[in-house]
Amino acid sequence: MQRKLSERKLRSYKEFLYILPFLIIVALFSYFPLYGWIYAFHDYRPPFPITSETWVGLKWFATIVNNPVRLENILRVLRNTFAMSGISLLFSWFPMVFAVFLNEIQCKPFKKFVQTVTTLPNFISWVLVYALAFSLFSTTGAVNSLLTELGLIDKPIAFLKSSEHIWFKMWLWLTWKNAGWAAIMYLAAISGIDDQMIEAAKVDGATRMQIIWHITIPSLLPTYFVIVMLNLANFLSNGMEQYFVFQNAFNQDYIEVLDLYVYNMSISGTGMYPLSTAISILKSIVSVVLLFVTNTVSKLVRGEGFI
Amino acid sequence: MVAKQQVKTPKKSAIKTSFSDKVISVVTYIIYAIFAFVCVYPFYYIIINSISANNLSERGKVLLYPMEIHFKNYANVMNIPGLLDAAQMSVMRTVVGTILTVMIAAFLGYMFTRDTLWKRKFWYRFVTVTMYINAGIIPWFLTMKLLGMTNNFWGYIFPMIIQPFYIVLCKTYVESVPRELQEAAEIDGAGTLMVFFRIMLPVIKPILATIAVFAAVNQWNSFQDTLLLMSDQKLYTLQFVLYQYINQASSLKALVSNNTSSTAMMASLAHAATATSIRMTVTVIVVLPIMCVYPFFQRFFTKGIMIGAVKG
Repeated sequence: MQRKLSERKLRSYKEFLYILPFLIIVALFSYFPLYGWIYAFHDYRPPFPITSETWVGLKWFATIVNNPVRLENILRVLRNTFAMSGISLLFSWFPMVFAVFLNEIQCKPFKKFVQTVTTLPNFISWVLVYALAFSLFSTTGAVNSLLTELGLIDKPIAFLKSSEHIWFKMWLWLTWKNAGWAAIMYLAAISGIDDQMIEAAKVDGATRMQIIWHITIPSLLPTYFVIVMLNLANFLSNGMEQYFVFQNAFNQDYIEVLDLYVYNMSISGTGMYPLSTAISILKSIVSVVLLFVTNTVSKLVRGEGFI
Repeated sequence: MVAKQQVKTPKKSAIKTSFSDKVISVVTYIIYAIFAFVCVYPFYYIIINSISANNLSERGKVLLYPMEIHFKNYANVMNIPGLLDAAQMSVMRTVVGTILTVMIAAFLGYMFTRDTLWKRKFWYRFVTVTMYINAGIIPWFLTMKLLGMTNNFWGYIFPMIIQPFYIVLCKTYVESVPRELQEAAEIDGAGTLMVFFRIMLPVIKPILATIAVFAAVNQWNSFQDTLLLMSDQKLYTLQFVLYQYINQASSLKALVSNNTSSTAMMASLAHAATATSIRMTVTVIVVLPIMCVYPFFQRFFTKGIMIGAVKG
């Protein structure tokens, strides 16, 4: 008995040794970067290493608020971030409605075709999206050429090199890329709805709109709720790739979101490393708080969280 | 009796189709046709333009079908120094990255189901929590530099190969496999690794295929890591090179015509490389692998999001 127990123990350590190399990779590439937060508390000027003399405490955090130019920049960036995330949140029902009406299509091949082609853009990178956008919407692109030919405009419109409606345009590109993909989840949920309920409604003389409104949409609301909560949790993190590829001198003031701002600041000079780290830290703290708040709300409403 | 009723109901509802329902039908078809068009046309547009006369494509005149078809553009871009290297780099990171990501997800997914593993629950949490950890660009960059991942091919691989989400998917899948299968092999004397390679790997193939497709697309599309980590041109990927081309296509044009000066002299206006032609041709080259693979793997993509939805 004793021997068997120690054998089991030996085995459990052996199995741990098998996964140890991977745990080390996780530690190095996911946890170790957190150590870099220390730079936010130092007067770090690469290539000089940080020492106890470079320690400045919360100086960088204070400059965010104390320096008027910087504060103005931060507020501008926050405005853009809130606008972009806000628009996304406001229209977050779109994939659901897209799925609901797609499901109404009787012709199977057409339905399949639409689903396939609207999902495709999700699998190309933002660089490619921008390459396509450039081909179509630059001043010599297809859209301008068509509008000129039809006599609707005299000179080409600068769709990309302007800040006009940039928040909405960014939402359009995001939707073009993601809506079809996001709809798949709702389509799965729709196929899980009990057919008998729909049949019963039909027998009672319900029109299609009534069925959608009283049966389909209510059954999708739990899924929609989770999506909204996730959107809220990621309110400050819109990522930088989309805005990075679409940014130019003309739209910079309105396109720069928090993630992009942190990046742009850090490439403007190594002296900006501590400040950009400080902003990253603040963002992380807010994100974690948002995550816990939304998770708690989800627990209260649905009885289960999503973490 | 019951069966009869069920057969009848669809007919009944068919009669009930009202006029307003029909209008809704027609409108839905039109709207979805527009959606489909909007999603497909950009791809179609760059493809027809890359094989049309360059003096026409430059002014945006090729809208519906290719005009004066020629394939000179593809020959021209092959002469751009660095493009083939970038393609090679993209393929390499996709192949190496995908294989490692899938194997690690499978192995860890399997190991985290084993009760015998020392402190199993703790280590599982240790790995999955990293989904929510984000140190920020600069701390991440400085750490990568410290670890020697800048200007190093492995900088494309190591930060990406352990994906908690895929591990969770694998673990869930392994848990659905009957325990008896493992136990039987263990009674026959198979060790932990033997069970993994001989029993588990073949059984969990379906989920691995899904993960492989996602990992490959991620690797192929990845752009930010080149931007942050790589300054050595030899390590540039197609995505990064394409981004550069969009922003500096005019200097690119000079590059191509210099390189092919003898042929460029003879080339007519329709075939001479322009900034637009180069941009579009390279775009087609970068997007084509995904477009070719996509129809065959669509079911895997769909399956991926379904499992994700159940878990999430």
